[in-house]
Amino acid sequence: MYSEVVMDHFKNPRNVGEMKDADGVGEVGNPICGDMMTIYIKVKDDSIDDISFLTFGCGAAIAVSSIITEMAKGKTIVEAQQITNKSVAQALEGLPKNKLHCSNLGADALQLAIRDYQDKKAGIVRDGPKRSDKHEHNHGDACYCPYCDVEADEKAPACTNCGRELDEAH
Amino acid sequence: MSILNLDHLAANPLLPEVQDAMIEAIKKNYSNPSSQHQLGDEAVAALQQAREQVARLINSPVLKEVVFTSGGTESINHAVKGVAFANESKGKHIVTSNIEHNAVLRTLRALKMMDFRVTSVPVDEYGRVDPNDLADAIRDDTILVTIMHSNNEIGTIQPIEEIGEITRAKKVIFHSDAVDSVGVVPMDVQKLGVDLLSFAANQFYGPSGVGGLYIRRGTRIWPLLDGGVQENNKRAGTENLIGIIGMGVAAEFATREMEFRIKHALKLKQKLTEGLQSRIEDILINGHPELALPNLVSVSVKYIEGEGIVLMLDEENIAVSTRSACAAGALQASHVLLSIGRDFADAQGTLVITFGRDTTEAEIDRFLKVLEEVVQTLRNMSPLYIKARQEKAEGAAAS
Repeated sequence: MYSEVVMDHFKNPRNVGEMKDADGVGEVGNPICGDMMTIYIKVKDDSIDDISFLTFGCGAAIAVSSIITEMAKGKTIVEAQQITNKSVAQALEGLPKNKLHCSNLGADALQLAIRDYQDKKAGIVRDGPKRSDKHEHNHGDACYCPYCDVEADEKAPACTNCGRELDEAH
Repeated sequence: MSILNLDHLAANPLLPEVQDAMIEAIKKNYSNPSSQHQLGDEAVAALQQAREQVARLINSPVLKEVVFTSGGTESINHAVKGVAFANESKGKHIVTSNIEHNAVLRTLRALKMMDFRVTSVPVDEYGRVDPNDLADAIRDDTILVTIMHSNNEIGTIQPIEEIGEITRAKKVIFHSDAVDSVGVVPMDVQKLGVDLLSFAANQFYGPSGVGGLYIRRGTRIWPLLDGGVQENNKRAGTENLIGIIGMGVAAEFATREMEFRIKHALKLKQKLTEGLQSRIEDILINGHPELALPNLVSVSVKYIEGEGIVLMLDEENIAVSTRSACAAGALQASHVLLSIGRDFADAQGTLVITFGRDTTEAEIDRFLKVLEEVVQTLRNMSPLYIKARQEKAEGAAAS
């Protein structure tokens, strides 16, 4: 089901753990959706000096979190802002279609962590880390029917291909 | 290293005796049981023998009441749709429970599109239906009650006998999906008071692709498949004789070994349950502590997700099943686990461990040891775990 790169990152995840003195923290997801990710960054000279993650989720979610820490580490903030969920999936040599949606939240978490860092630097105080638990489709990818893997209309109550009901959490 | 199969519910190996009987049946090249000539006679005799073996397993007094099908799913579809279509003029209302298998749920969904109405009764924290709720749900236009015998995710066994008394008193047809029970626990269709009972051979070391439907004489039901007069006019199509022969032998061994198998399974179940509780903190054992299948343990491991556990165990050559939404491809937490009160996160971390007659205590020990490590590895990555640990530490510091 998963590519070798995914399995490698799942089995040997890089940069795992909480970062107590992080400069920016981004959280995405909720258990209803299935996955939760937290990305911590430490910034030095406008570059990501250190990065780590915590993830509740399936094999794909863990691999996504792991590879994004590698992709972002050492990059300038501007460079790191170019990382998208799509480029993460490409770096992993693809993800199963239904995982593209629910597990591929790493870039969202990274961007939230960067925004958190920028807010802090600008003196904007918020309650807790930046987080998003809304079911957002801001990654530009379409939704796929979990049953037949065909692209699904986000607003349709059922898959137009196989006829199965799609609930709001699809 | 060979793979340790703790996912017997998904795939039971064939008994060697079943393999032998099926290979012999293939070599014998049986003819069609419907044929009028001598070649057909041998096939008829083989079919009859298998029917006797299966009838004994469920204590069906009349051989004709056992109909061979292509498996549990067909049996369930046959029972539910067959009763719905045959009794439409009496009413279009069906009663079921909140924790049925998809074979029942989706069959009912199809019937809803044909204007049938369905009432689904809740279950308690152990997954048991209250017969009083069920009695209240039955209306004048109720034509069918369908309640599973045991649940495939948590193992809980339903009060089928009590429900059978209610349906008989109210003259409503009663079907039970007993796919995970037949061949595993004693089954007596006369005592249970069911009119219809679905079951499958692969749950008791027979082949997949063959199952049975018990149809009590006099039950108003249509065939699901129309065609020839096979199976006493109840199921058209040339019989899968090789599979049926395999099922018959598996049924005979299940009857013979039932007592031993249950005793063995209960021993492993106790060992596994106690081992989980002593080795891993913050887990929830699902299902009824006594009224449940002996060969299944369902456990919700807090703070982590099931697919990760399954993949990591697979690396260690251990096969288990998870009820995590991601792994199931459903993107939705299990309706069974939510129905017994588990929250979304706990439902995501649920494993279903099923074992068999050949599983050993040493294998359970090995599983527990590996699982303990895997759980800790995944928990160390989990924001839910880190948070819970901090809260615990703060709680301890405060007190």
